[in-house]
Amino acid sequence: MAVGFEPRVVGFLCNWCSYAGADMAGTSRMSYPPNIRIIRVPCSGRVDPLFVVKAFQMGADGVLIAGCHPGDCHYTEGNYHMRRRFALLQPFLDYVGIEKERFRLEWVSASEGKRFTQVVTSFTEQLRQLGPRKDRELMAAKGVQRAV
Amino acid sequence: MARIGVFICHCGSNIAGSVDIARVLEAARKMPQVVYVEDNKYTCSDPGQASIRNAVKAHRLNRVVVAACSPRMHEKTFRKTVEQAGLNPFLLEIANIREQDSWVHSDDKERATEKAIEIVRLAVAKVARNYELYARQISLTKRALVIGGGISGIQAALDIANAGHEVVLVEREPTIGGRMAQLDKTFPTLDCSACILTPKMVELAQHNRVVLFTYAEVQSIKGFVGNFEVEVRQKARKVNHTTCTGCGTCWQKCPEKVPSEFDLGMGQRTAIYIPFPQAVPTKPVIDTEHCRYMKYQRFVASGEEDKKPPQCRVCEKLCPTGSIDWEEQDRVFTEKFGAIIVATGYQTFDASAYGEYGAGMYPDVISGLQLERLMCASGPTGGEVKRPSDGAHPKTVVFVSCVGSRDEAKCRPYCSKVCCMYMAKHAIMLREHDPEVQCYIFYIDIRAGGKAYEEFTRRAQEEYGAIYLRGRISKIYQEGKKLVVLGEDSLIGRPVELSADLVVLATGMEPSSGVVELAQKLNISYDTNQFLVEAHPKLRPVETQSDGIFLAGACVGPRDIPDSVAQGSAAAVKAAALFSQDYITTDPMTAMVDISRCTGCLLCTQVCPFKAISTQALRDGRVVASVNEGLCKGCGLCAAVCRSKAIDLRGFTNQQLFAEVTSLWQ
Amino acid sequence: MKQAESTGTLAGQKAFSYFPGCSLHSTAREYDVSARLSCEALGIELKELEGWACCGASSAHSTNELLAVSLPARDLKRAGEVGLPLVAACAMCFSRLKIASHELQNNDMRKLVQTVIGQEIQKTARVVHLLEVVDSRLDAIPVKKPLTELKVACYYGCLLVRPREKVAIDDAENPQLMDRLVRKLGAEPVAWAFKTECCGAGLPLARPDIVLKLCHRILAQARQAGADCIAVACPECHSNLDTHQEEIRARYGDDARVPVVYFTQLLGLALGLSVQQLHLDKHLTDPVPVLSSKGLA
Repeated sequence: MAVGFEPRVVGFLCNWCSYAGADMAGTSRMSYPPNIRIIRVPCSGRVDPLFVVKAFQMGADGVLIAGCHPGDCHYTEGNYHMRRRFALLQPFLDYVGIEKERFRLEWVSASEGKRFTQVVTSFTEQLRQLGPRKDRELMAAKGVQRAV
Repeated sequence: MARIGVFICHCGSNIAGSVDIARVLEAARKMPQVVYVEDNKYTCSDPGQASIRNAVKAHRLNRVVVAACSPRMHEKTFRKTVEQAGLNPFLLEIANIREQDSWVHSDDKERATEKAIEIVRLAVAKVARNYELYARQISLTKRALVIGGGISGIQAALDIANAGHEVVLVEREPTIGGRMAQLDKTFPTLDCSACILTPKMVELAQHNRVVLFTYAEVQSIKGFVGNFEVEVRQKARKVNHTTCTGCGTCWQKCPEKVPSEFDLGMGQRTAIYIPFPQAVPTKPVIDTEHCRYMKYQRFVASGEEDKKPPQCRVCEKLCPTGSIDWEEQDRVFTEKFGAIIVATGYQTFDASAYGEYGAGMYPDVISGLQLERLMCASGPTGGEVKRPSDGAHPKTVVFVSCVGSRDEAKCRPYCSKVCCMYMAKHAIMLREHDPEVQCYIFYIDIRAGGKAYEEFTRRAQEEYGAIYLRGRISKIYQEGKKLVVLGEDSLIGRPVELSADLVVLATGMEPSSGVVELAQKLNISYDTNQFLVEAHPKLRPVETQSDGIFLAGACVGPRDIPDSVAQGSAAAVKAAALFSQDYITTDPMTAMVDISRCTGCLLCTQVCPFKAISTQALRDGRVVASVNEGLCKGCGLCAAVCRSKAIDLRGFTNQQLFAEVTSLWQ
Repeated sequence: MKQAESTGTLAGQKAFSYFPGCSLHSTAREYDVSARLSCEALGIELKELEGWACCGASSAHSTNELLAVSLPARDLKRAGEVGLPLVAACAMCFSRLKIASHELQNNDMRKLVQTVIGQEIQKTARVVHLLEVVDSRLDAIPVKKPLTELKVACYYGCLLVRPREKVAIDDAENPQLMDRLVRKLGAEPVAWAFKTECCGAGLPLARPDIVLKLCHRILAQARQAGADCIAVACPECHSNLDTHQEEIRARYGDDARVPVVYFTQLLGLALGLSVQQLHLDKHLTDPVPVLSSKGLA
């Protein structure tokens, strides 16, 4: 584990549940590591796998997608689409050298501020344990600055 | 070229307390296309908003980022502000540096400030790619369709009509009235059901803004809020209802007798019939399956040489107006509506699923609704309670509660809500019919929540001598002329054995048959019990996820009459509120198709939860996707699956989201 | 742990491991004999499971839960090695085997049982009841002598259909398996309410009052329903119903005598086997007179 390593985390949060859950963590004055950068999307099902790939390409150490709990999707089934996409994308990332622990899908409802802080805290901690991305170190050793 | 202004809010000390505003300002100033930055104590205050308006004008800003609280808090406020400054309201982005930064990282000002800068950077990257969006106005048909003519549907239709709008009510049975018409009395007031219902039925039929289609079904539904196109199938009645006067000669003289559906087999009707004397319309239909002449025609058509059945045609011969029309066929017609109210109600659980109760095997084991027919003065026995097997007056009556309710094993885990009450009502009524009757009620719990309900069940016990035994029944069997009921009194922990003349099963409610098919046509959801699902169980109980489609009554879950009536009125108000507008304003954040890139794979049509994407043929012959903005809710599922990136979501475009991701950690 | 052939159709299965159980080797010999003969006539090969041991019957599970699973577990393991579905005729054996294979799905329980029997359980056999096997080839039964005019009260007892979620070979309150078979054989199954009522099980020595009361009601109901005989699929039910009819008459004063036969005996009869072959003349309440009166014996 690198000393003083601060993982970079991107979170795609659905507008109706998880983004509101993150707001709830704020209004309840809870606290979580400031490593996450939140991008608001209307629905977790809006997240194109390419957004995730792009985030990793930009140097993210971890990507979180958070949506409504099964059955609670504002658009009735968007989260199910994301769940399927996640099941396909995660092994693919693993295959290209991005460990599957770096990509998470979580369900956080609008009332679950506490759960949001737990998710972000545990994810950040997990990424800290994993350390910097091996695939990037490998590329850097070969003189590649940025993945294509 | 974008000219972006960034406005950073202190929110008193809410933000400024844990974020170094000066550093954020400095960083924002250097972000691409940012030409102006400023900070305010309270950006949402009047002076704060005025400051934005002035800066937009003074610095010719064409994009605005407000770094403040959550967009869920003040996005609307600031959209209005930029609109007042002469910009399109959608040229605004909010950087959420309060709920998602200062409030959650108050212990680390350094990193909270860093994060705030990143959050502003995301918003700047996004807003640079925002473009003007305009809400669309869609015309609407101020005409409502009510599906189902039970009490809930009747109430909804009357309320909409009284609010000044046209209503069409479609009912699949030959009469409106629904389940309530089958009841003898209602709890807890013991009002005669027909006395309070039939005036409403007549009022509806005579209302000049109501069109009634009985013996008709909804065949297909297209369109969206304000603009539904509905195909209705009018089933052939073989009777011309325009000329028929409802004199009744035909159904009095028809020789063919069949068990009456309305009386649940407790009585008979003729092949040409009205379901009950106060039916609306009071004009008959011919049951083509049982009509002798129809049977004769089928026999002739089959070409068999056996002895021919009689031709009959008595009704035709006796009809004074010549209204019998053997040639009539089903007729399908299309109507336009702005709103749809689904009030398809319930049916009672089929108790034969319980082998141990012997429903269907022993004639004297009947359902609660069958008992209603036996007690009803206009019922098959003229209101005399006679048991089906031998017509004797029952003296000992045993009730079994929760038949098809609260039973996981029968896939009916829910409480049907009305059974406890109607058992108490029956116990009272039976005593009033015959003071020698002794009722025993086997219950699990007595659920009597509701105005004057608990008092009512008390009365059944205290004044009318009903004996309540807590426990379930394990077996019912015939012994001579009696039914032996084996059960348990769980309060004393002993088995009990009763010898009864009549057993009444308090069958629960389940959604009417065909409701799933209807829900699929309407694209609304139903739950595991096939009850329809509300938009929100607490706050939007009569709406669905589909705009313009409302729910009323027991199609949503077990309801009693007052609840169903209240829901009918509630749904009517929703429809009337919709009709109070001259057009419908749509959210502009909808999907759009770039037809030059669309390959016509139509994956988007498969994922769209709202069936908002259809196809259009281009002049060059290509078939491409086409978004109906009236139906689109802006979830973006289509944009995520599009392989050629031809479909995109306004307000959350691929370009905007990619720009946000690439702006990070620069 | 695998459960062998848990999904295959029974109809296509020619051979089965056969679990006779203790009763069928002693008091219920007529059940064993008629089952073997009928199956032979139907082309069903029954291979008695080598080294089978007691299923635990009614004693094990009322005294020691672990013992109640371990005893049949050993048999299930043996049958699993043979690789054929394990068919039981006795309702009690069937119930114990079926419930044990259900319990063994639980990893903790399986580990515990493995230490008890000192063997590792890798594979168990699918447990079926003989009624299910016969029902699976109902249409193919070559009825030689239809049991015309014989009215039969099909009596399933407690164990064939309960507990619903572990056994469930048919509806727990109004099962139809045996009724279908009896109808196929040309007889008439009567509609009655006591198909799954308790007969008193293992209590005839300890609490004869209970057994007599329960049996009396079952017999009386069968008679009232117009049955010429009662068909059973359980040696214990048979013994309770068949052997106490004189006592019941003495105690309750009414003549509730109804012959009680195994369904396999009716099956054999319809397949053309004789009363003597099927041991139909070995019951205490003699079924031969009623069978003769219908021209069947």
